[in-house]
Amino acid sequence: MKIHVTVNGYKKAFDIEPSDYLLDTLRKYNYLSVKRGCDNTSCGVCTILLDGKPVPSCSLLSAKADGHSIITVEGIPKEAEKLSEHFGHEGADQCGYCNPSMAVNVHALKNEIQNPTDDEIKEYLVGNLCRCTGYIGQHKAIKSYLEDEK
Amino acid sequence: MKVVNHKLPSVDGKGLMMGRPGYTDDLADPNALIVKVLRSPHAYARIISLDTSKAEALEGVELVLTSKDFDRRPFTRAGQGYPEPSPHDKFVFDEFVRYVGDEVCAVAAIDLVTCEKALKLIEVEYEVLTPILDLEEAIDNEIIIHPEPEIHDMFPIGFEPKRNIAAAYHMEVGSVEETLKDCEVILKQHFYTHAQAHVMMEPHTVNARIDYQNRLVLYTSTQTPIHVRRIISQSLNYPLSKIRVIKPRVGGGFGGKQAIHGEIIVSAVTLKTGKSAKMIYTRKEVFESSYTRHPMRFDITLGAMKDGTLKAIDCKVLSDTGAYGEHALTVFMVAGSKVLPLYNKVDSVRFYGDVVYTNHTPAGAYRGYGAIQGNYALESSIDMLCEKLAIDPILFRQKNMILEGETSPIFEIMGEGTEGTAMMMESCKLDYCVTRGLELIKWNEKYPRVTLPNSKVKGVGMAIAMQGSGIPYIDMAAATIKLNDDGFYNLMIGATDIGQGSDTILAQIAAEELGTTLDNMIVYSSDSDLTPFDTGAYASSTTYVSGNAVVKAAKQMKNMLIEEAEKVLETKVAFDGITFTADNGKEITLKELSNRLYYNEDQKQLTATSSYVGHKSPPPFMAGFVEVDVDIETGEFDIIDYVSVVDCGTTINPKLAQGQVEGGIVQGIGMAVYEEVLINKDGRMITNDMMTYHIPTRLEIKNLTTEFAISYEESGPFGAKSVGEIGIDTPPAAIANAIYNAVGVRITSLPITPEKVLQGILKLKENNHE
Repeated sequence: MKIHVTVNGYKKAFDIEPSDYLLDTLRKYNYLSVKRGCDNTSCGVCTILLDGKPVPSCSLLSAKADGHSIITVEGIPKEAEKLSEHFGHEGADQCGYCNPSMAVNVHALKNEIQNPTDDEIKEYLVGNLCRCTGYIGQHKAIKSYLEDEK
Repeated sequence: MKVVNHKLPSVDGKGLMMGRPGYTDDLADPNALIVKVLRSPHAYARIISLDTSKAEALEGVELVLTSKDFDRRPFTRAGQGYPEPSPHDKFVFDEFVRYVGDEVCAVAAIDLVTCEKALKLIEVEYEVLTPILDLEEAIDNEIIIHPEPEIHDMFPIGFEPKRNIAAAYHMEVGSVEETLKDCEVILKQHFYTHAQAHVMMEPHTVNARIDYQNRLVLYTSTQTPIHVRRIISQSLNYPLSKIRVIKPRVGGGFGGKQAIHGEIIVSAVTLKTGKSAKMIYTRKEVFESSYTRHPMRFDITLGAMKDGTLKAIDCKVLSDTGAYGEHALTVFMVAGSKVLPLYNKVDSVRFYGDVVYTNHTPAGAYRGYGAIQGNYALESSIDMLCEKLAIDPILFRQKNMILEGETSPIFEIMGEGTEGTAMMMESCKLDYCVTRGLELIKWNEKYPRVTLPNSKVKGVGMAIAMQGSGIPYIDMAAATIKLNDDGFYNLMIGATDIGQGSDTILAQIAAEELGTTLDNMIVYSSDSDLTPFDTGAYASSTTYVSGNAVVKAAKQMKNMLIEEAEKVLETKVAFDGITFTADNGKEITLKELSNRLYYNEDQKQLTATSSYVGHKSPPPFMAGFVEVDVDIETGEFDIIDYVSVVDCGTTINPKLAQGQVEGGIVQGIGMAVYEEVLINKDGRMITNDMMTYHIPTRLEIKNLTTEFAISYEESGPFGAKSVGEIGIDTPPAAIANAIYNAVGVRITSLPITPEKVLQGILKLKENNHE
């Protein structure tokens, strides 16, 4: 079957099977920033924005995305680049596997909550697991990015 | 220093954040066959019959691989140097399956759906055998996990498979029995540590193809590309020269990617079909069918005098290597060799025991590598001894611990699988680490406990730790630096960046030596065809061993450049990284010199390659302090702050070093408190996804305070030692000690759960009533 979606601002038609998940469809069509981590929505590395809201693409049927708008990190390069500078300053990037999804989720956070508190930032991003950094450097980087973006 | 010891952003952070493709599966052939493994549903069984005909007949199935497709040649997947200190006890496929998730056979098909359909069509008849699921029941059990005659060790490691012993070890300095007779206070205690899962974010992933030169090319998410190439060659009896292994960007490893995973099976599919093939482990497979940390039992006896002099340490260990013996001996030995020298003034010390086979998921390399287990047992028992002695545990440590300029006989006796290497502690700021940590956590205001409102009690606890910096006389690294036209360099290294930032810090080292900037040093790791030899990212070796190779190569390049510049300027020159200045004031820039060398006169390529093997393994040291708030009604506790003061010599990149320490601390906290691999009575892992296996999230981690001691290791690159593993070692003991200090409950088996704490609190109450 075919679905019609807007990916990073461009209209696209994707050939899919009814049982396909959006993660596999996006990777098949070369949106390789969307990563596979846990298979059951518990790690966050496959996070994309569906109509502006963060969702784990590993458990969303591609068919359900028909008619919707999708943003991956390839669609927000300027934001990702700025955020990466804050990560670099804090030494908060290690393996980088969770970082594209983090950038996407921080982008959603920025649009959704004005002046978030420490706890609000942590709560919002709790689904983005990281096994490398210990989180504190990431948190400082995200906070200073959000400050700068005000 | 202009580049080293500076907080520079990593060379790859921006590109990765922006989603540039770089990981193994990003680089797979889109038409690759999908390879899946049929895995055992039984903890122990013999395959009576295997019928793959229906699967093979399914449209879209390319082939099914079974034990019949492979020579019966045992090997080890451990991913170590050769000959390995691990037993050769694994066949690609065998008639026995030894744990739930073990490999029965494999299918390659046109897509995942067909592949999974084919797996279901394979008919296997098992003779289900009784498994051994308790490490304490393994030795001399009538059930033998490895009865096959062909398996063997590569040199003596105490391998006795008929007794379910994968490895055994014994060492003694002095006579523990004799020393204990004279001790005024003796502490005896046993401890249990549990299996921990690595949970790197990128699952094990590999793809293979045949290139236009008819060679087998793999991209694989590995810590050890050179070992992977060798093990594929040995296990498939395929020429090493026809295999190329590329390590692209790796999404975390922590030791879990030191070993072989799907590489052999995927290579076999590609070699048999001539077609590209790929395998991505599901998260369930990562949990069930890769590796865990070795669970261990420790029997500790400490002997001391009333004045607080530690006289004897006796440490008997039983370690569970699971179904296969990857890293069995070496992890076991590190539980002694990178723990016991902390207390180097004892009269006698003994370390001995066995590593046993069970029908659990195999245990393998995991950050800390035995040291975290040993540290938990020893640093918990030191606090218990101090209580018996009525001596302050800080003063006791300060009196008995290793100091700069000292040594321990253990360094010479215990290596990794072999004898060790004697060394003095040329750099050891452990005393500073302890003193500074006390200040940072405000120990004097909080030790041992502070009663808080709302039924809570605050406690503080601490532990000291050491690690190593590579394996002396075994771990070898090499680096190549190439000068390009326009005067920039390539640094090509076998050292494998798996996310720890080694590409960045090794480029910093090269840039510092050559007086250039980080962006002028383009780094590439690793490709078995293009980059020089390196044993890989393990044993805390990269900064120290690979870093020293980079220093040597950069020095060589500098000498070559000066020689060329002196030919041009016809006199002695000085080089500042940008310009060569002659005695007579004449100048030529590096840019001009390189363009001249490549385009105009005296044309030649300048390339410098150098290698390094360590002659010692200088330990990094740290003191870890933790503050916990315990709810005495529920046993629940929060970790309020974790203070780390670390001596890793010079920090090549202080921010990345901090990331290594803090990442290690949080993995150690995970092991101590939140994580536990649970196995049911049939041997099935019930924590086989990230919903049931809880790694710490950003909510649990309230604060981390991390500092570095000013320290300089003469033998290290710009004074550096390792920093990759040291962070993980202290949390289990420090948290256990803090819980004890808060509520008087001593946890002797990991993890430290609210249930165990509450049970302890209730028992104390009961005893007080009696």
